[in-house]
Amino acid sequence: MTTTPVLEAVDETLETQGKPPLNVIYEWLTTVDHKKIGLMYICYALLFLVIGGFEAVLMRIQLAIPNNHFVSPQVFNQLFTMHGTTMVFFMGMPILFGMGNYLVPLMIGARDMAFPRLNAFSFWVSAFAGFLLYFSYIGGSGLYAAGSAPDVGWFAYAPLTSKVFSPGHSTDYWTLAVFLSGIGSIGTALNIVTTILCMRCKGMKMSRMPLLPWLYLVMSGLVFVAVSPLTAAQIMLTFDRYLGAHFFDTQAGGSAILWMHFFWIFGHPEVYVLVLPAFAFANEIIPVFSRKAMFGYPAMVAASVAIGFISLSVWAHHMFTAGLGPAGNTFFVFATMVISVPTGIKIFNWLATIWGGKIIFAVPMMFMVGFLFQFLIAGLTGIMLAAAPFNWQLSASYFVVAHFHYVLVGAIVFSLFGAFYYWYPKVTGKMMDETLGKWHFWLFLIGFHLTFDFMHIPGILGMPRRIYTYEDGRGWNTLNFIVGIGAIFQAVGTLILVYNMIRSYYKGKEAGHDPWDAWTLEWSVPSPPPSYNFAIEPTVNSRRPLWDLKHPEDPDTDYE
Amino acid sequence: MTTITTASRIPIDGPIETPWKLPYRGNVGMACLIIAESAIFIIFVVAYIYYIGKSLSGPTPAQVLELPILGTICLLSSSIFVHLAVSSLRKENYRGTTLHLGITVLLGTIFLATTAKEWYHLIHDEGLTIKTNLFGTTYYSLVGLHATHVVVGLIMLSLTLVLSLAGRVKEEHSEKLEVLSLYWHFVDAVWIVVFLVVYVLGR
Repeated sequence: MTTTPVLEAVDETLETQGKPPLNVIYEWLTTVDHKKIGLMYICYALLFLVIGGFEAVLMRIQLAIPNNHFVSPQVFNQLFTMHGTTMVFFMGMPILFGMGNYLVPLMIGARDMAFPRLNAFSFWVSAFAGFLLYFSYIGGSGLYAAGSAPDVGWFAYAPLTSKVFSPGHSTDYWTLAVFLSGIGSIGTALNIVTTILCMRCKGMKMSRMPLLPWLYLVMSGLVFVAVSPLTAAQIMLTFDRYLGAHFFDTQAGGSAILWMHFFWIFGHPEVYVLVLPAFAFANEIIPVFSRKAMFGYPAMVAASVAIGFISLSVWAHHMFTAGLGPAGNTFFVFATMVISVPTGIKIFNWLATIWGGKIIFAVPMMFMVGFLFQFLIAGLTGIMLAAAPFNWQLSASYFVVAHFHYVLVGAIVFSLFGAFYYWYPKVTGKMMDETLGKWHFWLFLIGFHLTFDFMHIPGILGMPRRIYTYEDGRGWNTLNFIVGIGAIFQAVGTLILVYNMIRSYYKGKEAGHDPWDAWTLEWSVPSPPPSYNFAIEPTVNSRRPLWDLKHPEDPDTDYE
Repeated sequence: MTTITTASRIPIDGPIETPWKLPYRGNVGMACLIIAESAIFIIFVVAYIYYIGKSLSGPTPAQVLELPILGTICLLSSSIFVHLAVSSLRKENYRGTTLHLGITVLLGTIFLATTAKEWYHLIHDEGLTIKTNLFGTTYYSLVGLHATHVVVGLIMLSLTLVLSLAGRVKEEHSEKLEVLSLYWHFVDAVWIVVFLVVYVLGR
């Protein structure tokens, strides 16, 4: 095997060496470079990952034993509201947008995003929104009349959000934070779509584009039609609270169900907004560590687009118990079942890629195997909940909580961790420590299964979600205690990751430009990539340009 | 090594030798914005349709609304003039551009004035505010959301008009003016929907 020829780099790295710290800070604050903005997104999302995780641990300590008085009911409501809002809007979306920001231009051979200044604007709006949400804590009772932290749940069902039920300004902080995060998300999604459609390097037809940009394209399209309704609903809610409008005011003929519809028209596609990038990471990592080309590229693209469309017609399966009537329920049962078809296609394609490959169990691949199994199980409980009669029994129980955490943590976070280990060498030029990585993987895997496998059972035994404590002698005690221990395992695993990232930055071994012997364009530039990425804009002739470069005797078209 | 060149023996089957042409990013970006904005408008329209006839107290739309014929004609015809402004810019007819932009801004302003007059009438003579009933809530939200978009469009068009009067708008800017005209066409198209829902279906 020959070494990959590197594109001649402009002789400057991230440009921070030897400059006074004030200049470095100024440079980061004013940057429009897609890599720096991507990194800022990731750092700020990691901060919120730690905060949101801390809130989860507090909740599990409260629920670990019956009749616990660790936190008050009011504080518990605030904890689950802030945990949900933080993890979806200020951890999930920013971290995935950050990865997209960093990777998409590199993978399509572009020098930057299509609208660099809009990119910076979107980041700062999103970051401001996150701090605005937590400002409600600092505002405390009385100061700035902020009330205290929001306690209406991340779904903010009417009429909990009306002035009568939540006086003070905590709900307004929530509304504004979610609204601004929506503006930032739409801006970034617009930028990603435009970048992918208008900035591809020569020869990179849509059919030759790596799967990661493809999935980000679908995900961004979904953001337009999913996040915008939420933004509209926040405008309505603000009108209700501040101008005395009656959108969700049942006393004046308004409808609380309408809020549920508007919220879940956002809420369900949002799951796919989060999971499509997770698929994207799997699509890049699994082939490289199986040493095989991706199996069924066109099917993968088609399945992603299909998921994007079908996900728009499944929202009311969150509302089976709200009384939509048999016709409505039947439609949404059917639509929800149908979406498992393209998802199944994806799982089979990943398995077919691994099948017969020379599998290398480095840390990224370990996380991907965890992702595959857990995503499969999450899909199975999803099909269970999609059946309306079954759903009536388990609605608003811990079974539902266990199911969606299986998707959000078992699939998305595992895939994301794999992506961290995979692209860290590209971003910093240093390898992450493998031993610490394995500790992280195993602790997190064990913690994950302790928490979320066992969480299904109290749900089936009738434990409702969102209760702050429970009585002794219902058979939930041991299970909840195990769940609490699992949460602490996961927290320790995540802290190991953060420690590993910081330590490897200073002490890790040099990575070189292509440590994994990979095939996509980002590995053809030095690590970390210089400003403007490519000294000369590349030209590609196949889906795996670096493979062709390394193996001229075995061109890629045989596999396309 | 400078570029990743044809390292393989595969004949090039793509349009690499011919000029590699990708869509203009302004148009794609505006198309994305229009999709997102449409989703926002759809939510407001759905809320409006859902609440038709559900107000618990008066006044009803049939009692107070009148068809805004003049405003509609002005707004819809302004779309034609903004299109003419783009095509005259392509032909380097700069005086035509300025003239057509001026007419567009004028027609848009007339539309905004008719909306303002209508709101003044509703608030002062009929006593209908956003608080009064569900009709007031949905009416002011939907029409107000559209009017906000008209205001944004008018600000951008007026800036372009000022630049054009100063002789700064040249042929090479025609793609950018076209992006702005796409936005204006979108605002017009939304008005057709709002007009049908509020003034035809709602009454």
